[in-house]
Parts: sequence; C-alpha cells; structure tokens
Amino acid sequence: MLELLSFSLVPFMVLIIVIHGYIKGVDIYDAFLEGALEGLKTAVKLIPSLIAIFIAIGIFRGSQALDMLITLLNPLTDLTNIPKEVLPLILIRPLSGSGALAAVRDIISHYGPDSLPGILAAVMMGSSETIFYTTSLYYGSVGIKDYRYTLKAALISYVISVFITVTICGLLL
Amino acid sequence: MYTKRNRINIIYAPFIYFYERSFYMINTIWFFLIIVGILYGTLSGNLGQINNIILEQAEEGVSFGIGLMGIMAFWMGTMNIAEKSGLIKTISKGLRPIIGFLFPQIPKEHPAERWIVMNFIANMFGVGNGATAFGLKAMKELDALNPDKKRASNAMAMFLIINMSSLQLVPLSVIKIRHDYGAENPTSIIGITLLATFLSTLVAVIVGKIFEGGRRC
Repeated sequence: MLELLSFSLVPFMVLIIVIHGYIKGVDIYDAFLEGALEGLKTAVKLIPSLIAIFIAIGIFRGSQALDMLITLLNPLTDLTNIPKEVLPLILIRPLSGSGALAAVRDIISHYGPDSLPGILAAVMMGSSETIFYTTSLYYGSVGIKDYRYTLKAALISYVISVFITVTICGLLL
Repeated sequence: MYTKRNRINIIYAPFIYFYERSFYMINTIWFFLIIVGILYGTLSGNLGQINNIILEQAEEGVSFGIGLMGIMAFWMGTMNIAEKSGLIKTISKGLRPIIGFLFPQIPKEHPAERWIVMNFIANMFGVGNGATAFGLKAMKELDALNPDKKRASNAMAMFLIINMSSLQLVPLSVIKIRHDYGAENPTSIIGITLLATFLSTLVAVIVGKIFEGGRRC
C-alpha cells in the first residue's frame, strides 16, 4: 500500500499541479520554463562542491583508510552490542549514500537478507541520511561558511539513532 | 627583530590556524579525509589507485551534477506552476503549526515555509532529487532571512538536522536489494524502518533544539 503510494506520488503530484495551474489561469508553460531555468542554474552551482566531496571521500575509501578506521573501532563494537558486521555501514553512512548502499548490498549478500545483520543493515540504511554531503551541498549553495552546531548535532543524533535501531531490531527479532 | 614572542607565534601559528579553521567544520573534514587518505595510501601501497580515484570521482561529480540538472529543472519548473497557482501556499497552511514549532524564526507566510514543506513531503516519499531541489530553494529563502551571510542560522541548522535524520517512509532501494537476494518478504522491514525513522527524526529535533538553546538567530 505504502509502496504503491510511493510509485504513484510523482505522476499524481504533476497531474494535480498542472490541472490546478490550468484552472487558476496560470501560464503553465511559461511558469515551467522560468522555474526550469532556475533549476539548471542551481544544479550548475552544485558541481564544484560535488567534485570536492566525491574526491575526498573517494581518496579516503580507495586508500583503504576507511578499512583501517573500521579495524581500529573493532574494540568499540565489542564493548557495545552493535554487531561487528554492520560497522562498515555505520561508518560509511554519514559520508556517502552510494557507498552505504554498496555496504548494505555487501552485508545482505554475505549474511543473507533475513539474518540479523542483514535486517539491521536494511533498517539502518532506510532510517538515516548522508550527513557531510548534504551539509556541504546545502550550505555551499548559499555560501555559508560557518556551520555552527549543525554537523555536531547531526552526528550526535546519528549515533543515538544507531543505538536505537540496534535496540529495536534486537527487541523485535 | 626576532623576539621571543614572535618565535612563539611562528611555532604556534599552524595550530592557531587550524584551531580557527576548525570552526568551519567542513574545512577540517575535507582536509582530514584527503590528508589521511593520501598518507595512508602511501604507507599501505595503495597510492597508485589514488590517481584513478581522482579522475573517476571528478568525472562522477560532474556527471552527477549534470544528471541532477534535468530532474531539478523539471521539479523546479513544475513547482513554479504550483507556486503561481497558489497550491503550495494552501498545502503549507495546513502544516503551519509544525513548521512554526520547528522554525520559530520564520515569519508567517514567508516563502521559506512552503519550500520546507515541499522538501519534507518529497523526502517522505523518497523523491530524492526532487527533495534536493526543494531543499536548495528553502535554503535560499532561509538565507534571505539570515542576518549573517557566512554563518548558519538556527532555522538552517534545524532544517538540515531534520533532513539528515531521514524522513523517507519506504526505502525502495533497500527493498530492491532484499528482493534481489531472495528475502522471504522483502517489504517486511517497512514497519521497523518506519519506527526507526520516526525515532531518529524525533531525536534529531530534540538534539537540534538543545543546541539551539535560547539563541535567537
């Protein structure tokens, strides 16, 4: 049911907007072109920050520094009750969306989709977002340099939500 | 003249520099990712790969940006119709109490309100890049309200913190992976994910409000 809603949302939204605009007598074609041009401009402005972030994360992952970090953090997972299998995902998730998706695929293919790590990985992927990319993208688009507490608060929330997710999965499965 | 004081300043200059720079957190993180990556790559013998990674990722950045152009043009074009016809205004009116609590600094009827609402809705239903388009528009409006153009406002911080806690109701990509690897019931995680998403967003709002404290801007 929710799935169906997700698929039909886009066409439905477009339909309602176009009909509503037409009835209200808006020059819908001109309005579309005007907005679309602005969309193009916004996208172009993003490219420098996309390149910067992609390269930095790529270097960090490709040099296997990320793997080293995961190994270093092993004692920490032993201390808490976070399954070691999902640690790569927990570390990549704030950095890169596609990297996290690759990690989820890796975990699910390795331990099975219905195993505890498999389900935990799936839920974690669905209940969190990439932090550094989103922040630099959004702030970069309006030229903000001082993020104040944004990253700190997002990371703290992320860590808490990881523990919550682990607890929920532990309780429900 | 080479006084003692000068010498100390020269010695500490890099530290002071990084201390000051560290307030711009993304600067520090970017620096850290690149330096640690390259140094570790040198030590572990993976340096050869880094050339390829730079080439690859630079290209990926451009192609991702270009890929974003089409969908952003489409969504912002469509939403421009919705804005002109007054549809967005109607929708955001219904959600005003929530927005008012989360972003007390935004004046009523301000356009920022509408784009935030559209961003949240698009996020909930996983219209990924569409949500980004609305989000960037919201940032632009929040920037207009921000007295200090270099410094994030409370409203901007709250907006991003909520965005980064994930609002998505149905994680389609994950369900697809589960399906591909033969899960008994690929959609069975939706319930748990909804609960986890709800709690993580709630935590994000609370943490954001705590950091915000009593500060006004």
